[in-house]
Order: sequence, then structure tokens, then C-alpha cells
Amino acid sequence: MSFLQVTLALLDGFKTTFILFAVTLLAAVPLGLLVCLGSKSRIPIVRIITRAFIWVIRGTPLMLQVLVVFYVPGLIFKMPFQSRMAAVIIAFIINYACYFSEIYRGGIESIPKGQYEAGQVLGMTKTQIFFRVVLMQVIKRILPPMSNEIITLVKDTSLARIISVGEVIRSAQDIVSGYALIWPLFYTGVFYLLFNGGLTLLLGWCEKKLSYYNG
Amino acid sequence: MSFLEVSNITKSFGDTEVLKGISFTMERGQVLAIIGSSGSGKTTLLRCLNFLETADGGTIRLGGDTLFDAQNDRRISDSELRARRLRFGLVFQSFNLFPQYSVLRNVTLAKELLLRDEGHLSRAERRRRLDEIDEQARALLKRVGLEAKYANYPCELSGGQQQRVAIARALALNPDILCFDEPTSALDPELTIEVLKVIRGLISSDRTMIVVTHEMNFASSVADHVIFMADGVIEEEGTPEQVFGSPRSPKTRAFLQRPDN
Ligand SMILES: Nc1ncnc2c1ncn2[C@@H]1O[C@H](COP(=O)(O)OP(=O)(O)O)[C@@H](O)[C@H]1O
Ligand SMILES: [Mg+2]
Repeated sequence: MSFLQVTLALLDGFKTTFILFAVTLLAAVPLGLLVCLGSKSRIPIVRIITRAFIWVIRGTPLMLQVLVVFYVPGLIFKMPFQSRMAAVIIAFIINYACYFSEIYRGGIESIPKGQYEAGQVLGMTKTQIFFRVVLMQVIKRILPPMSNEIITLVKDTSLARIISVGEVIRSAQDIVSGYALIWPLFYTGVFYLLFNGGLTLLLGWCEKKLSYYNG
Repeated sequence: MSFLEVSNITKSFGDTEVLKGISFTMERGQVLAIIGSSGSGKTTLLRCLNFLETADGGTIRLGGDTLFDAQNDRRISDSELRARRLRFGLVFQSFNLFPQYSVLRNVTLAKELLLRDEGHLSRAERRRRLDEIDEQARALLKRVGLEAKYANYPCELSGGQQQRVAIARALALNPDILCFDEPTSALDPELTIEVLKVIRGLISSDRTMIVVTHEMNFASSVADHVIFMADGVIEEEGTPEQVFGSPRSPKTRAFLQRPDN
């Protein structure tokens, strides 16, 4: 297999990796906010259920969650997933929404009470206080831990192969076993490195954008 | 009838009664200094006036309007609560500036947001009002001696400068009564002086102020009236001459004789 052929095969796998990454990120960022609101709810039952759910999701392996999401509908409810990718995406979104929600919660709770009170005595509404005073400070504070999670997400996409979704490592493995070539494995690492390198630069740029003030 | 009439305000946190019936009155243009040892309820009183806490009992009347009446505790709407809050301003001990905004924006933000409550304005009218807000903010910052710092961020200022921005920010909304909660307690002595000078400069016949302070010299020189609070009650009050010169209560005397005052 030529270098070009391997590249094309890996690129094809990486497309799946990328879609899984992007869809999970786009959905989990807002869904995490919803989970966060649930875990901060004033209604005890909502809060307890949300926190228990977060505890389960964070306390069990993502790989197990992928398997559960994929097999449970088919084996228990007789409604098997039509698309393996859909099962993986759902498991990933739930998992990452829970992780993000805890980061959001930490960020929101780290904002001093005085910021809310300053807004209140200046006659702002609750919504104005959240969007005009608190939000930007929260974003600045959660950006570093979010960056970590986002980089982790890129690597976690490799778990999709547990239910035979053809992401980049699976493509590589097919070449390794089919053509007895070892180097495509290292080449796969390069795909991850380049992609994570780009992400790191982008996230670093965002952090820099927000570093015009301290506090 | 006085400009501000606070009567019989009570407030408990759980089992602790922090305010045990506070009553006082003020006239327009007066400066009231509130002194007392820490834990006596001074901050809680200011917070009740600014509706950051809801008092358990009592009434607050300002300029003839009943702003608060615990008896008549129908739930008020959010916008009504905001309108009442705007009658009072509050300068915090810890400044609480918005770190992500420039000094100028800290002063203009609340006023710009209030503009939205006025419903739809024509583009030209809106532009004119925003210019007005900007101009007023610049004038206020100049007044507190920060005309060189419009574009700076709070983290680039000294504590004294930050507190002066906070004062300008509170003034921008033109409250009927401006409250200060130990505005210099977080500051070094040199910075304290500049902030007290600014507060002193605000005194005028139509600016009414309540200053909680540990600066006894300042209190006795600027205040028209002094309240000494102890354990949630007004232990003693009167003119500065009376309270500082010939205190009647043993508690006041003990407090004033403490070396750290
Ligand atoms: N949110 C609160 N919850 C419980 N206790 C409080 C709260 N705020 C104040 N207190 C208590 O009320 C008392 C008076 O506090 P404060 O009004 O801050 O006094 P001061 O400003 O005179 O030092 C203190 O004993 C304080 O611990
Ligand atoms: Mg206090």
C-alpha cells in the first residue's frame, strides 16, 4: 500500500473521528448548561436526580456507556439501533454534557457573591446580571479546564471502535492486519497530534483574548 | 415628615437576631455616620435598605413613599423591586467592580441597561441618550480624580482608585440616598485618605449619605448625625459632638476608648 493510499484510508477514518468529535462538542456544550441548571436547581428532587445521574456517568467508563447505549435498546426494548454511529454519538454527548456541567458549576460558583450584589444594587435584572456581569467571567475561568476536556474528547473518540464504528484507529488497524504494515499506526498518531495541536493553538488564542484582565 | 424614615427594622438569620428594632430618620442633604464594633449589624442594616436582604419587620419610607412594609408583605414584582433598589445606592467594602469592563464601562453599564426599560427609542434618540450617559460617566470619573483612567481595567488600578470608580458607578444612577459600607476598610492608610477626600467632596445640600465607617475622625468631621450600634440596637445617637464628645452610654465610651479607633 502506498503512502498516498494509506493517507486516504486514514483520512476516511479520521472523517468519522472528526464528526464524532464535532457533534459531541456542539451538543454537549449547551446540554451541559442544562445539566448544570438541573444540578443547581432549587427543587430538591431535580437536583438530587441530576447529581445522581452525573455521579453515575462520571463514575463509570465511557466504554461501558457506549456499550449500554448501543445494546440496551435492542436487547431489552427490541428496538436495535439502526446506526452504530448514532449510538456512539448519544453516549458521548451524555457523557461529555455531564463533565461539562460540573466544570460550568465550578465556574459559576467561583464568581464572588459581590458581583451579583453589585448588579442588583445597580438595578439590573437577573438575566442582565447573568449575561452582562457573570457569564464572561465564567467563560474566562472555565476555558482552561474545558480545553483539557476537549483535547481528551479528541482521544476518546477512539472508543467508538468498541462497537465497530470505523474511526481512524480502526482504519489503521485494518491496514496493519491486512497488509502487515506497522508504520500506519504511528502515522495515525500524527493525525491526532496535528489535530490536537491546532485545537491547542485555537483554545490558547481564546484564552489570550480573555487575558486582557485579571480576576 | 422626614426624608428617610426607618422604623423598627428587625432581621434574624436563623436563631440569631441581628437587628432588633432599628429606627432613625434623616433629612435630605444630611450625612449620617454609623459606627459600632464588628458584628453589631451595620452591614445588615445597609443591606436591608438596599433590598439585598429582606427585613423581617419594620418599615422604610423615603420621600413620602413606603418602600418597605413588613406588615404588608404582598410579593412585589421584580421590576418594582428594582425600582426600589434604585432609590438607594451602595458602595461596598470590597468595591465589587466588574473586572471584564473598563473603568468607563463600569460606570455606564447599568445606566445603558436601564435605557432599555424605556421601551422603543428612535435610533437618533438612543444615540443621544447613550452619548449623554457617556458624558455623565466621564464627568463623574473626573470628579473622583480618575480622568486619566477611563480605558483602564479595574485590575490595573490601586484599591483606592477602584473604590473611587465604585463611587462614580453608584453616583451615575443618582440614588436618593448613597450608602457606604466601610468604604476604606480594605485600603492602606494613604489610599484611605484619597477615598475619604472624595466622599467628603460629595457633600451637598441635595446629596444624602449614610456612611458606615471605622474612621472616627472622618465621621466626626463630616456627619450631621452619628449612630452608634451595638448588638443590633442603636445604643446611642446624636450630633458628633454629643456622641464623640460626651457619650452617655458605657458601651459607647468603651467602644470609643478602644486603641484601634
Ligand atoms: N447571611 C448571614 N447569615 C447568617 N448570619 C449573618 C449573615 N449576615 C450577617 N450575619 C451575622 O449577623 C451579625 C451582624 O453582621 P453584620 O451586619 O455584618 O455586622 P457589622 O457590619 O456591624 O460588622 C454577625 O454576627 C454576622 O455573623
Ligand atoms: Mg460590616
